[in-house]
Amino acid sequence: MSNTKYILGSFADPDEMMHGIEKLQENNISIYDCYTPMPIHGIEAKLGVKPSRLPIAAFIAGATGTILGFSLLFYTTAYDWPMNVGGKPSLPLPNFVPVTFEVTILLCALGMVATFFYRNHLFPGRAPRVMDLRASDDRFIIAIDAKENTDHSLIDGLLKDAGAVEVKYNERKYVSYE
Amino acid sequence: MGTHNHHHDYNFSEQFQFGGVAKILSIVAVVIGIASIAWGLLSHDHIIHERTYANLLLMGYYFTCVCAAGAFFVALQLVTQSGWSAGLLRIPQAMASVLPIASIILLIIVGLGLYTHNLYHHWHADGLTDPTSPNYDALVAGKAAFLNVPGFLIRQVLFMGSYSIFAFILAKLSYNEDLSGGLNGYKKSFKLSALFLVIFGFTTPIWSFDTIMSLEAHWFSTMFGWYNFAAMWVSGISAITLILILLKKAGYMSWVNENHLHDLGKLMFGFSIFWTYVWFAQFMLIWYSNIPEETVYFYKRWEPEYKPWFWLSIVINFVAPLLLLVDRDAKRKETFMMCVAILLLLGHWLDYYIMIMPGTVESHRGFGIIEIGTAIGFTGLFTFLVLSKLSKHALAPKHHPFLDESLHHQI
Repeated sequence: MSNTKYILGSFADPDEMMHGIEKLQENNISIYDCYTPMPIHGIEAKLGVKPSRLPIAAFIAGATGTILGFSLLFYTTAYDWPMNVGGKPSLPLPNFVPVTFEVTILLCALGMVATFFYRNHLFPGRAPRVMDLRASDDRFIIAIDAKENTDHSLIDGLLKDAGAVEVKYNERKYVSYE
Repeated sequence: MGTHNHHHDYNFSEQFQFGGVAKILSIVAVVIGIASIAWGLLSHDHIIHERTYANLLLMGYYFTCVCAAGAFFVALQLVTQSGWSAGLLRIPQAMASVLPIASIILLIIVGLGLYTHNLYHHWHADGLTDPTSPNYDALVAGKAAFLNVPGFLIRQVLFMGSYSIFAFILAKLSYNEDLSGGLNGYKKSFKLSALFLVIFGFTTPIWSFDTIMSLEAHWFSTMFGWYNFAAMWVSGISAITLILILLKKAGYMSWVNENHLHDLGKLMFGFSIFWTYVWFAQFMLIWYSNIPEETVYFYKRWEPEYKPWFWLSIVINFVAPLLLLVDRDAKRKETFMMCVAILLLLGHWLDYYIMIMPGTVESHRGFGIIEIGTAIGFTGLFTFLVLSKLSKHALAPKHHPFLDESLHHQI
């Protein structure tokens, strides 16, 4: 039993990588993930990637902003020291709309960026999780979990047939940690 | 380097066959429209008369706006060099080619309304600008340098005339491209579009000040132009979406899929929010500053006969698209999007109704044969003209440089 954790098929051409995904799937080999230097249309559907849950984070952050913005206005101008501006009621709802809206957008945007950074290990000081450094340059990578898929020679053959320029057997998941 | 290598066998020369139910229904609608307008105009009751004119203005303006939005859509896609929309461009192009007819109809309505004093009588009446006259109105007199009959008519002709010419040429260049191919037509229309957008952007606010805002000549709002532009753009996109879905349901335009629909849905959603933004900016500043000469506009719309409709307009044009279109999957469903497009088109009818009626028929507001008949008539006319135009050319601009990009559009 080898110590290989992940098998990486490195392609120079996205069409060949897509072809490789099809070949692997035909042989019931589960694909861990794919890494590409640019967005590939249709790859999510092919890999069966679930839709992002980022909108949920956005909604929660936005709703927090709405509550926060409104509470701030309510406390300062209507509750703690009711203000009379231009003879308007001290709870002038139309006036509250712009600030509430802006705080909603602000927290929604910041919340989404923070969630995205947290989820992708991109916060400053955190080591980025990269399985193959050339995936951000000129290579299209298919990663296969070597423990789940034991027939390594079949995988090797399929990847190379599909046009992989290189097949790597990594004993560590993330090369960027080294 | 294409990542998709599907072999498409779309027939881009496919043409829409205009006949059958669509043709009969649109002609019947036009007949209903003519009958109800005639009934209103032949009435001896001057209130019914004025109400008919107000409805003619409403639908004439709406019709022109939707066609102008088609021209704006085409120009915008060209200037931004957008690829996604190439496959569905024939629909806004057909709308744009109808703009000259729509403009002429609106000009006739505006001209007749002006001379018969059924419309614009707040600033066009005897003695309003004459200091010795008992009818003298200092506010209108102060605006007379801009708001006078020759100036008004010249601007109407100049604005709608220039939109029509640009719209017609832009559509024509694309139709010619089908025969000749090559990039010359595209490059030429790119330059024309840039010019058109500048002219359109600067003049549509003034056009809406003239056509709609001057109905209540004492009142003014600098937001009004953008408010009208937003209404025009949302209803234009809804019309494009509706025509597209109906064509697809009839088996045409197989190259347009849920990704294109999704983008149209995003535009409908985004610009409904923009409409609300402009609407609210106008409302809140007037509400906050509370100056009588400004609040008079909302005071009228807050009277019992308008208030429920005033709020209903916000529900249909803001709350409904916000809740219905926020979801990704919702924007990709044909039947659902069709319903939302119809709802928004009805919503902006109500929006125009609230803009026009308090300045014309005021408390003699009505909702009956004249309103429904005129709306049906103009809808029929729009359908008839746009579909006739659509049936004369292929449904895809097959030599459009970005057509292939449109086929691969995926979001």
